[in-house]
Amino acid sequence: MSTTAPHARRARGKGAGLGLLAWLLGIAFFLPIAWMALTSFHSETDAATNPPSFAASLTLDGYREFFGAGGGASPWPALINSTVASVASTLLVLLLAFPAAYALSVNRVRKWTDVLFFFLSTKMLPVVAGLLPIYLFAKNAGMLDNIWLLVILYTSMNLPIAVWMMQSFLAEIPVAVIEAARVDGARLPTVLARVVAPISLPGIAATALICFIFSWNELLFARVLTGVVAETAPVFLTGFITSQGLFLAKVCAASLVISLPVLAAGFAAQDKLVQGLSLGAVK
Amino acid sequence: MTATTTAPVAAPQTGTPARRPSARLRAWATRAPLLPALIFMIVVTQLPFVATLVISFFDWNSLYPGARHFTGLDNYQEVLTDADLRHSVWTTVLLTVAVVLASLVLGLVLALLLDRRFRGRGIVRTLLIAPFLVVPVAAALLWKHVLYNPEYGLLNGLLHYVGGPQPDWISTAPLLAVEASLVWQWTPFMMLILLAGLQSRDHEQIEAARVDGASDWQIFVHLTLPHLRRYLELGALLGSIYIVQNFDAVFTITSGGLGTANLPYTVYQSFYQAHENGLASAAGVLVVIGSIVIATFALRVVSSLFREEVSRA
Repeated sequence: MSTTAPHARRARGKGAGLGLLAWLLGIAFFLPIAWMALTSFHSETDAATNPPSFAASLTLDGYREFFGAGGGASPWPALINSTVASVASTLLVLLLAFPAAYALSVNRVRKWTDVLFFFLSTKMLPVVAGLLPIYLFAKNAGMLDNIWLLVILYTSMNLPIAVWMMQSFLAEIPVAVIEAARVDGARLPTVLARVVAPISLPGIAATALICFIFSWNELLFARVLTGVVAETAPVFLTGFITSQGLFLAKVCAASLVISLPVLAAGFAAQDKLVQGLSLGAVK
Repeated sequence: MTATTTAPVAAPQTGTPARRPSARLRAWATRAPLLPALIFMIVVTQLPFVATLVISFFDWNSLYPGARHFTGLDNYQEVLTDADLRHSVWTTVLLTVAVVLASLVLGLVLALLLDRRFRGRGIVRTLLIAPFLVVPVAAALLWKHVLYNPEYGLLNGLLHYVGGPQPDWISTAPLLAVEASLVWQWTPFMMLILLAGLQSRDHEQIEAARVDGASDWQIFVHLTLPHLRRYLELGALLGSIYIVQNFDAVFTITSGGLGTANLPYTVYQSFYQAHENGLASAAGVLVVIGSIVIATFALRVVSSLFREEVSRA
């Protein structure tokens, strides 16, 4: 007894120390974002000081500037384009991936693992290598600066992730449930829509959130293939690459507003994030 | 009456009650749900690569489309002997290795800390994930203007308090500046994968080792690390695949200047600014060959984790 008590106390002390270390590192990693948020609420003169003005008065001017109050370009068209590209491509991904996942998990085609790995391998080929033919095709087909071209490309970018994630979700559905529906005479689309989809709804939602994040973040395709009409939010942000006088609060406001949908989607899908990012390899 | 009783029996097989379905028909019925996705992927991702391969054998400047002609392997020779391009290969390797290793080590430390129970663990986890959920261009802008700026950036602001020097971070160490911003974004990714690995450990085995008198360090070296090996490999390979392709950070922080142009940026530049379609394609093909080497290993690791899961189920 007398020997275990100090040992336990020492272990508890060490545990508290490590907990504190975790807190410190967590705050250190979050600090740039917290500072960005604080700066976005400062006036431009308070934002650009050295030493930093932690306690400067707060204002919404940075946000007003970002939304075009100062006569700059309005971000709304870009935000709407990004929303269209992300939401439409995510829906298309789900529409294609869901039946495919069914054929790779429940009623399996022959060599289903080879098919899965084909999907995965397309993710490993660098985007930049296919960029030129896509650009030339878009130019000849008159689809440059067209948001629907991005929808198609983002669908191909996210489809492998979605197929992998969904096949791992669908594989968990008891076969008996699906068999029962099929014995009742339901045709495949009905089985998918009425039986499989409701059971795997949480998985579908997580897949959708992750596809949304990747589409929203994409820059290279959007930068090369869009101009004034179909410009997306990340392309809008590239307008801030070169400094333009006092613009720090505006940059922070812009970065924060444009990141907000991703932060929201990411926190909502927190526990499925790993599975999506590892293409379903880690649960 | 007869129709209602026979239909349900025949339906699960084909839908035509009278005849027995041929095996081929049934195979196609099984394949049908897969085909739209498969065809879509082949058309949108494989055809452009074939086109890239073809274009790479042509001398083709988009400003002089009339002068386009077949040149065989000349583009490859030019690309491989081009000093800028070779430098960008080296930059890509340095950038990828540095970012992957640093974020793996940091991610491992964070995962080990988060694997313990402590007050506010959920909040710390959320704080740590946040950097990964900032739009990459926004994150790069944040580092470039808000942290690195020599006059009013936060880094020099904090150094000011301790009377430290006021360096111009990006021009002093351009590649390191890009790497630091990427490590910040990718550490949470590594942490999440490694945390999943830690949580899939066999806790009974660890308990047994502890009862037998093994120290924390012995448990870490002999049980935890071997178990984590494949998760470390997976994190390293997935990280490599994403970071080899990184465009956003290089484009935003240095615009490829100061020797930070990596391969994706160089390919982008060669067709976007120099209009050299043939050269850009040849460089693209070389990027693909490099990626296939990494991807072969990556696929093997994913496949070993995947098969283990399939056999467990």
